[in-house]
Amino acid sequence: MQELIRRMKELMADGTVQRVLGWKKGDLSYNPEPYYFNTAEELDEFVYDGFCGANLSKYMVKGSNLEGKTLVLLKPCDTYSFNQLIKEHRVDRDKAYIIGVGCKGKLSPEKLKEKGIKGIKSISGAEIDGDCTELKIDTVYGEKTVAYKDVMLERCHVCKGKEHRIYDELMLESADTCDGDRFTDVEIIENLPADEKFAYFRQELSKCIRCNACRNVCPACNCRKCVFDSTKFDSEQKANVDSFEESMFHIIRAFHVAGRCTDCGECSRVCPQGIPLHLFNRKFIKDINEYYGEFTAGEDAETKGPLTDYTLEDLEPDERR
Amino acid sequence: MHGIGVFVCHCGSNIAATVDVKKVVEMARLEPGVVHAEDYQYMCSEAGQEKIANAIKEKNLTGIVVCSCSPRMHEATFRKCAEKAGINPYMVEIANIREQCSWIHKNIEEGTEKAVILTRAAIAKVSLNTSLLPGESKVTKRALVIGGGIAGIQTALDIADAGYEVDIVEKTPSIGGKMAQLDKTFPTLDCSACILTPKMVDAAAHEKINLYTYSEIEKVSGFVGDFTVEIRKKARYVNMDKCTGCGVCMEKCPSKKAKSEFNSGLNNRPAIYTPFAQAIPNVPVIDPTQCIKLKTGKCGVCEKFCQAGAIDYKQKDEVVTRKYGAIVVATGFEVIKLDNLEEYAYSQSKDVITSLELERIMNAAGPTKGHLERLSDGKHPKEIVFIQCVGSRCDESKGKPYCSKICCMYTAKHAMLIRDKYPDVNVTVFYIDVRTPGKNFDEFYRRAVEEYGVNYVKGQVGKVAPQPDGSLLVHGVDLLDGKQLKISADMVVLAAAIEPNPSVRQIATMLTASIDTNNFLTEAHPKLRPVESPTAGVFLSGVCQGPKDIPETVSQAGAAAIKVVGLLAKDKLLTNPCTAKADELLCNGCSACANVCPYGAISYEDKLIVDHGVRKTHRVAVVNSALCQGCGACTVTCPSGVMDLQGFSNRQIIAEVDAICR
Repeated sequence: MQELIRRMKELMADGTVQRVLGWKKGDLSYNPEPYYFNTAEELDEFVYDGFCGANLSKYMVKGSNLEGKTLVLLKPCDTYSFNQLIKEHRVDRDKAYIIGVGCKGKLSPEKLKEKGIKGIKSISGAEIDGDCTELKIDTVYGEKTVAYKDVMLERCHVCKGKEHRIYDELMLESADTCDGDRFTDVEIIENLPADEKFAYFRQELSKCIRCNACRNVCPACNCRKCVFDSTKFDSEQKANVDSFEESMFHIIRAFHVAGRCTDCGECSRVCPQGIPLHLFNRKFIKDINEYYGEFTAGEDAETKGPLTDYTLEDLEPDERR
Repeated sequence: MHGIGVFVCHCGSNIAATVDVKKVVEMARLEPGVVHAEDYQYMCSEAGQEKIANAIKEKNLTGIVVCSCSPRMHEATFRKCAEKAGINPYMVEIANIREQCSWIHKNIEEGTEKAVILTRAAIAKVSLNTSLLPGESKVTKRALVIGGGIAGIQTALDIADAGYEVDIVEKTPSIGGKMAQLDKTFPTLDCSACILTPKMVDAAAHEKINLYTYSEIEKVSGFVGDFTVEIRKKARYVNMDKCTGCGVCMEKCPSKKAKSEFNSGLNNRPAIYTPFAQAIPNVPVIDPTQCIKLKTGKCGVCEKFCQAGAIDYKQKDEVVTRKYGAIVVATGFEVIKLDNLEEYAYSQSKDVITSLELERIMNAAGPTKGHLERLSDGKHPKEIVFIQCVGSRCDESKGKPYCSKICCMYTAKHAMLIRDKYPDVNVTVFYIDVRTPGKNFDEFYRRAVEEYGVNYVKGQVGKVAPQPDGSLLVHGVDLLDGKQLKISADMVVLAAAIEPNPSVRQIATMLTASIDTNNFLTEAHPKLRPVESPTAGVFLSGVCQGPKDIPETVSQAGAAAIKVVGLLAKDKLLTNPCTAKADELLCNGCSACANVCPYGAISYEDKLIVDHGVRKTHRVAVVNSALCQGCGACTVTCPSGVMDLQGFSNRQIIAEVDAICR
């Protein structure tokens, strides 16, 4: 990590970039936050470890409007979101200097809690320079140890791969973390009878407190004005009026990001209520793959998504059956 | 403040029999904004329209709802009426309480309930309507005819005679189409070529007609009055200006293995060929899949023998872009493939042929020089069986559900011609029904039976079994006698169904013209606008619209031409104001709308946007209202709801839904 900091300072000093978009140490060691570092001194607060799950690509929507270039750190899965944002003309490639950083899987503070680990003071073993196999946690109740994989985010178990789709230079090693199939959970729900499926989603979505964290963090939710905030549609008042409208918020959001969602998993990571929101998006991804052929949003910055592409060869809806 | 008037039509008993119109009026009066409601027997009549106009004036109405038939029928009528009475024509909404209500319900309670709900929705929508003004667009005074068969030729001739320029695009090397392949035509038995060839010559010689043969439509953009079409002129490898049409190249060409398309594949043609002797233009093309020179680089015989030096192996496809005000589709038909009708043994025996193949056999310029003979052994057949409705009026897994319309008549013609020329040949025709509506048609069929002794058997054929001795055992049934029949035939002729030329699907997509489940192009109205496509500026001529014979095709071609002339005679067209519009304040510039727009109507601009005093340059969508057809694809694609269709705004639609769900 010192090498990374040194390189960032170098790029700042030689004027290649005006600032760094990275992660800053949080109040709690497992809670680093996205941050624009404007001076070399500020970079002393920089951190990059197993808790830096946050996808920084969306912050470049703002970064693209700032003076000069911004150095942005992107993990392999973040680069898909970044490509998608380029495709939608929401970020300016020329305003970004991308260091593709390695990733050995990101950790879930929730899973740590589930393991009964409380009163965390500091954590070691999550540094990307290390091997990331065992996590040592110093708590007020003494030191605890847990296998890295056991507290890894769900999304890292079904990782799309450790290859950066866009970058200017690469730093730090990655490790393969994929040990599952990302559509397994979707299939389980698909196979439920309709009433159980309905009950499942009502149950999950009833937990929603409409904090908007999922929408605010989602790189695909990058509208200048979200329909749920706009006074144009009489829809901004409807949310949270009753539980049904609340469910509609998530369903509409899933429709809006369909074909654009890169399955970065940020929605589920930030949800304070632990709703598995990514399942909606994965269902759409699965359906799109089945109807229109394999498509991965953000694999590159040019290919039009199947839902937003009109060609003369398009099938009529009844021909698809 | 709104003042909405509601006008409920009885449509005689069409609506009033299944909908309690008085109740609809009564319920409409309770809706917010409604200041006037009445019913009348025929709202579209002059008296009905006067009622509307009077109410608008007397009660100062700002918008009206007419509860009547489909807007496709009378929306324009009521808009005109409203405009005359002094309100904007787009302040009119139609509640369709006929097609969508009275016609599909039998129970008056249900019908009335639905009519009330539909009316409520229309009232909710009209409260949010805004005045819209149509724009103007120019008219390019040239027409495009796609397809150079008799339909296309006739349409082009009629348009050109009216003084407008016409281009015909024909994908084969010559104009003439299917009619050129026919021997004689019913019911007068004139020689097909004798009546068609002069028309082909007229078309080629007409100063207003320009032929693009061996060419295909590549791309269509634009809209009524202003279409831009890219035409791919396929490489002929023969210079059209130099070629004299002497035909030496075709004689000398060593590659003669390709099946002659013109002779239905019954004999071969050289790699360099004109489809038939009277082809127009009389300039051959080189088939690159057959030409030895183009395939291997060695040969060049045609080039050596061509005195005019017209052969050009380096010729490339050329794409020309032309502007048109109107487009006529005249793509015609093909005979269906008989793969699913193996019971007739078409693929098993050379002596089972289609009627189109028989046309070529009977034709003096055909593969047998007009002698009736078996293709297997060249022998003169003594017993011929015709089978009608092969793949027509048939289960969809095997053929087509519709009647191909022309087969009864051409089969009678074939039977008659054979009996006339070869009285020793026995002719049997198996039929389901003999359909002969048309001038002198039934008389023609009666002559075949009564004067020429053709044996008509009502019944179908279950199987044609090729026998070891080369004969064909036809297993049929005579329904009138209730007997099984077995006929040992020398030749079996199948009246195979016809289907729209397969290329029509792609052309329809390019033109955004709709097609039905059988790939026939849909008319704007089956009775009242039969030669117009629902897509403005696109017209239909010939079999692409539905099965028809030559006289019908020619009349329809003339009808399509007069519609085109009516359009081209105008200097300006009013454009539909119901087009999409982007809210620049909110647009992300993400390109999703442009990606789904079938008309290429959306582009992007970097615009300075002032939002509450903040000045910023944003990439925003801009709709070209002349190109936009108001399909609404963009409005549902835009995630932030920036795109709205004027006259069908998201708010209006939600208001309708809310009113229905209330």
